[in-house]
Amino acid sequence: MAALLVLIPFLSVLILNLPFRDFNRRACFGAAAVLFLLQMGSVFVPDNSLWNADQWGIGAFFNFGFKADILSKVVLFCIGLVSLVTLFTCRHFFKEANRRFNFINLLLIAAAGMNAISLAQDIFSLYVFLEVTAVASFILIAFDRDILGLEGAFKYIVLSGVATVLMIAAIALLVFSAGSANFSAIHAGLLLKPNPLVINLALGLFITALLIKSGLMPFHGWLPDAYTAAPAPASVFLAGAVTKVAGIYTLIRILTSVPGFANASRDVLLFVGAFSAILAALAALTQSDFKRMLSYSSISQVGYIILGVGSGTALGLAGATLHIFNHAVFKSLLFINGAAVESQTGSRDIDKMSGLSRRMPWTGLTSILGSLSCAGIPPLAGFWSKLVIIIALWLAGYKVYAVIAILGSLLTLAYFLALQRKAFFGKLGDEFQQVKEAGVDLIFPALLLGGLIVGVGVLTPFVLDKFIKQF
Amino acid sequence: MLELFILGLLVAAAIWTVMTRSLLRSAIGLALASAILTIIMFRMDANLAAVFELSVCAGLIPVLFISVISLTHPWTFKEAIEIMKVRLARFWGLPLVVVILGTALGLVSLKFKPQLPVAQTPGPDVRFILWHLRQLDLLGQITIIFTGVFAVIILFRERK
Amino acid sequence: MFNLIAVVLLFAVGIYCLLATYNLIRVLIGIEIMIKAVTLLVIFCGYQTNNLALAQAFVITVIVIEVVIMTVAVGVVVGIHRHNNTLDARNIRKLKG
Repeated sequence: MAALLVLIPFLSVLILNLPFRDFNRRACFGAAAVLFLLQMGSVFVPDNSLWNADQWGIGAFFNFGFKADILSKVVLFCIGLVSLVTLFTCRHFFKEANRRFNFINLLLIAAAGMNAISLAQDIFSLYVFLEVTAVASFILIAFDRDILGLEGAFKYIVLSGVATVLMIAAIALLVFSAGSANFSAIHAGLLLKPNPLVINLALGLFITALLIKSGLMPFHGWLPDAYTAAPAPASVFLAGAVTKVAGIYTLIRILTSVPGFANASRDVLLFVGAFSAILAALAALTQSDFKRMLSYSSISQVGYIILGVGSGTALGLAGATLHIFNHAVFKSLLFINGAAVESQTGSRDIDKMSGLSRRMPWTGLTSILGSLSCAGIPPLAGFWSKLVIIIALWLAGYKVYAVIAILGSLLTLAYFLALQRKAFFGKLGDEFQQVKEAGVDLIFPALLLGGLIVGVGVLTPFVLDKFIKQF
Repeated sequence: MLELFILGLLVAAAIWTVMTRSLLRSAIGLALASAILTIIMFRMDANLAAVFELSVCAGLIPVLFISVISLTHPWTFKEAIEIMKVRLARFWGLPLVVVILGTALGLVSLKFKPQLPVAQTPGPDVRFILWHLRQLDLLGQITIIFTGVFAVIILFRERK
Repeated sequence: MFNLIAVVLLFAVGIYCLLATYNLIRVLIGIEIMIKAVTLLVIFCGYQTNNLALAQAFVITVIVIEVVIMTVAVGVVVGIHRHNNTLDARNIRKLKG
């Protein structure tokens, strides 16, 4: 059944491109929405054997070897959720049927690629689908073909190309010193004949490549430009799904499957994570462009996730996974709010805005929910994941990093309060008297995500124990 | 000895590609470097990959580059020389560092043995591996080719 | 052994090309040279461990991926040229880093 998650989006792209023009143009939105809903629902199928079983004799034709554990399932759910939300956003922004059709096709390809990344058990297949997702994102960023989008896409292409080269080199070293490309085979092979020089070199190259792909400092150069310049639905998709799956999930997979999660790499991860969390938060304070501030905030939150991974304990990994889910939810929500503001007021400059929540009540309310969740205020969802990460760091003995994490939380609260005060609260500015609330296409996903934040936040203390035990 | 010569030729072709003034010569240099890499791969018995490399990297990609170069107007001769002078002034240290590093590595390499374990049985043929064992990669390749088609449709369309 | 030195040298040449150029197309050529270096590395590792079949499968897949990436990159470069009428990388300053 796991193979279906990759095959069905791909087959639907093939079917959608058959020459039935009008029907395809009208059907693609509904088909994609149904697919993503099914993907979200499929994660909750409790029967493990159904995941690994061979449905309808697919195994006779294709031998993919997919497996799904708790991390994969969380990531699959996030992909489905963010893709669904992006669908609605793109319906608002792309009124012309042809452009919407192209966008939805690219979305399906990128989602199929990310599903395959989260299910793959083979390091080279992971790389191949990483590239599939990356190429789809290049095109999504450059979708409008305006000069800003093209420049952002070019910077992303160059840095992603460098990361590609480093990754292939690391994969070559790892695969050929273990004899096969399967994760379990690499694990066993490297335990059998450890050659520390080769392993350390490969791990170093891989971690550098994945840090570039995740947009952590000091390799974050492409991220603010790409997020800001991309069209609004593409920003939602990139921020919510692509960077996390392509960067963080791959990092966690490699580090847990290659033996010797050495102390050196742990220190590097902790340092880079803390560095990104603090510095990006400071940079976000000084931004005046809505989307740019949100992209620096993304870098900061990804730094948090890396802090959780770097702590090296199962608790830290659980916190990181929970934060991946929470970040997908609240960051997509904030980007949708930014898109609503941009489409209704025509600008992204928050210094010029004021008092928008009088005219756009739903946008204001959901943006408050998203901001507070990001800053980690109880009882919203973000609080629990940050708490778990900080406790994991403390228990693992990295007390300094735990303090830094708390500091980062305060900074996050600071810049989000600044955003709320400048853009949403206060007296309504003169030029915004005519502004109306955004259409239902943008309000519905915002309410959905906001409800999810509140719901997950309230329910988490009851299921947290069971969740952590799965690690 | 022959190996060393061919490798040196490869590095020389790459350096010429980078340092040459005109873009067109760079693209041709890229094709040349790919051809030399193909020879190296043939000598190491990697026949199928060598053929792919020759037809794609020494054929398709330089054609792609040359078509872009002809679509976009390159600089005039004077501008190109100016820029090359500026370039050399900016990074004059780097080629020197590379040469010194390479020589140092060459001298050190006598003790540097990155032992990779040698498989005892030669294993199955490339075509078997590609078709039967690495089907997921084939799906990935098909998907990415599809994505490339979309890129061409979206990015290369003329503005109305 | 000398293969490894050639790989490192090629990689350095590629990075130099990437850094020391003002032309967008040369940046792409730099990435190409780096990919060649890595191809040589993969084939060399396969040769050393007597597992050439797997190495060739990797190289073929990487070549396909590389072609598509170059196509997209070339599309973006053509788009930039249509806007700016020049391929000078110094003109890409509209986005502040």
